[in-house]
Amino acid sequence: MSEKAATVTKKPVARKKVTKWQYTWTEMKKNWIAYTMIGPFFILFFTFTVIPVVLSIILSFTTFNMLEWPHFVGLKNYLRLLLEDDIFLLAVKNTLVFASITGPVSYLMSLMFAWFINELTPKIRAVVTLIFYAPSISGNVYMIWTVLFSGDQYGYINSILLKLNFITTPIQFLTNTDYIMPIVIIVALWTSLGTSFLSFIAGFQTVDRSLYEAAAVDGVKNRWQELWYVTLPYMRPQLMFGAILAITGSFGFGSVITAMVGFPSPDYCAHTIMHHLEDYGGERFEMGYASAIATILFFMMIGANMLVRKILSKVGK
Amino acid sequence: MNRSLGGDIGINTLLAIFGAFMFLPMVYTVCQSLKPLDELWMFPPRFFVRNPTTRNFTQLFRLMGTSWVPFSRYIFNTAFISIVGTFGNVMLSSLAAYALAKIKFPGRVFLFNIIVYSLMFHSTVTGLTNFIIISSLGWMDTYLAIIIPAFCTTMGLYLMKQFMETSVPDSVLESARLDGASEMRILWTIAMPMVKPAWLTLTIFAFKDLWNSGTSSYIYSEQLKTFNYAINQLITGSISRAGVSGAAMVIMMIVPIAVFVISQSNVIETMSTSGMKD
Repeated sequence: MSEKAATVTKKPVARKKVTKWQYTWTEMKKNWIAYTMIGPFFILFFTFTVIPVVLSIILSFTTFNMLEWPHFVGLKNYLRLLLEDDIFLLAVKNTLVFASITGPVSYLMSLMFAWFINELTPKIRAVVTLIFYAPSISGNVYMIWTVLFSGDQYGYINSILLKLNFITTPIQFLTNTDYIMPIVIIVALWTSLGTSFLSFIAGFQTVDRSLYEAAAVDGVKNRWQELWYVTLPYMRPQLMFGAILAITGSFGFGSVITAMVGFPSPDYCAHTIMHHLEDYGGERFEMGYASAIATILFFMMIGANMLVRKILSKVGK
Repeated sequence: MNRSLGGDIGINTLLAIFGAFMFLPMVYTVCQSLKPLDELWMFPPRFFVRNPTTRNFTQLFRLMGTSWVPFSRYIFNTAFISIVGTFGNVMLSSLAAYALAKIKFPGRVFLFNIIVYSLMFHSTVTGLTNFIIISSLGWMDTYLAIIIPAFCTTMGLYLMKQFMETSVPDSVLESARLDGASEMRILWTIAMPMVKPAWLTLTIFAFKDLWNSGTSSYIYSEQLKTFNYAINQLITGSISRAGVSGAAMVIMMIVPIAVFVISQSNVIETMSTSGMKD
């Protein structure tokens, strides 16, 4: 057999020279059905998510009031924002304070409680998961916090403080600038155990049990070490997903604030960039200026997300 | 294994404290909705209710009857928007997710990266220019302005694609393709039954978002407004309606919670694949 193989001469294989683009095009034609399948979704997605961002960036260099055509003004909007608009700078400060507290704290809360809950038995686990997850899906139940913190003596918190003689007159929680930010942060944390919380719970449940046993053999002494050395590195995809949701949520938390303390909040103390955007876009119809605000917010969110992504990719390494 | 008793006690204590923090406001809401008028305005206020009454709920229904348009119209609006929006969302997301996950076509990585990047910013950034787009499409003050954008939620596609990628084995698909089935046929007869937790989760999330969609800047005629909007109007009506607003909040919160309770295991199963690989 081997002699026969040795005597057969190799014919040169006729191979057509194909560029990368031609190859891609033939692949595209071969998979045409895929494009029809993604078509409906992505057409809508581009219309309502991608194009608005691009349009926002473009409009930010114009003045536009919805009645006349946009009028190109270059960087005037940005200069006005950064140099002349005190309220915008206050809004940036508020947003950063708010996001830097709410983001990490809600993230750690989700992680911590998901881990605690994972230690329970399945039946109890389902109930406790529901208890922690319910506030984030329940529509406008957060309004009950306005009742609890109500500024008259019937507000529950005020009445407890009055009864215990800590104060003599009711505190105006929702109109006093000192209290508004902390209260808003508490409510934000209360509603923040959402999708990322479920993601962590699911992630903890799917960690391979044999990893724990192997770790116990290798000398892992208690549950904290187990968490840090075994569980968290395994769960890095979920950690990443949860981090993105936490950051995005903390930057975009505005409608609850409006519902609780009004728009604008007293002395603009809870005025976030989002409110500023609504102010100029929805109330004053200065679309160019508002687009500049939106663009800045967009890049802030993306920047924060990319930063956290870089940090998280180093966890456990 | 290595579970110390002290750690166990500490963890359960913390869980109890924070569980109370999460849970008590909702219990308070239910109590408020059941309190008769004299208990609502007692000083010092009592947390639990001594003589529960359903009068707040009946008053709520009576108030509903005095709205400009019949209240059933609000309920119909919310139901219509929720059902159509959810259905469209699941359909479009499933089609796109299957193609992204299981068909190797040029551009799939690029498109999925766009999806991941769009998870990173909030919809408020696009809200303003969305307004411009929708008004130039002529959809202001119609159902379309709410339903069509709900068809293309980022989270829906992301969860669906991640779940499909890991839960539908390639071998089954290959044998189906060898047998000559078209991709659409494969999707509907083979893949979809396998990813039932995912489209259940999608249904629930989409429904929850649409149920909770209150005021929309695109809708201003009364007969198109949603149930949530009408309830909000009642809540912020006046302080004398404290009990009624409690009842309204209870109604609003029961539906998503009930839906979640029924499908909890499916949701958790879907979320187990939601991780993002870096």
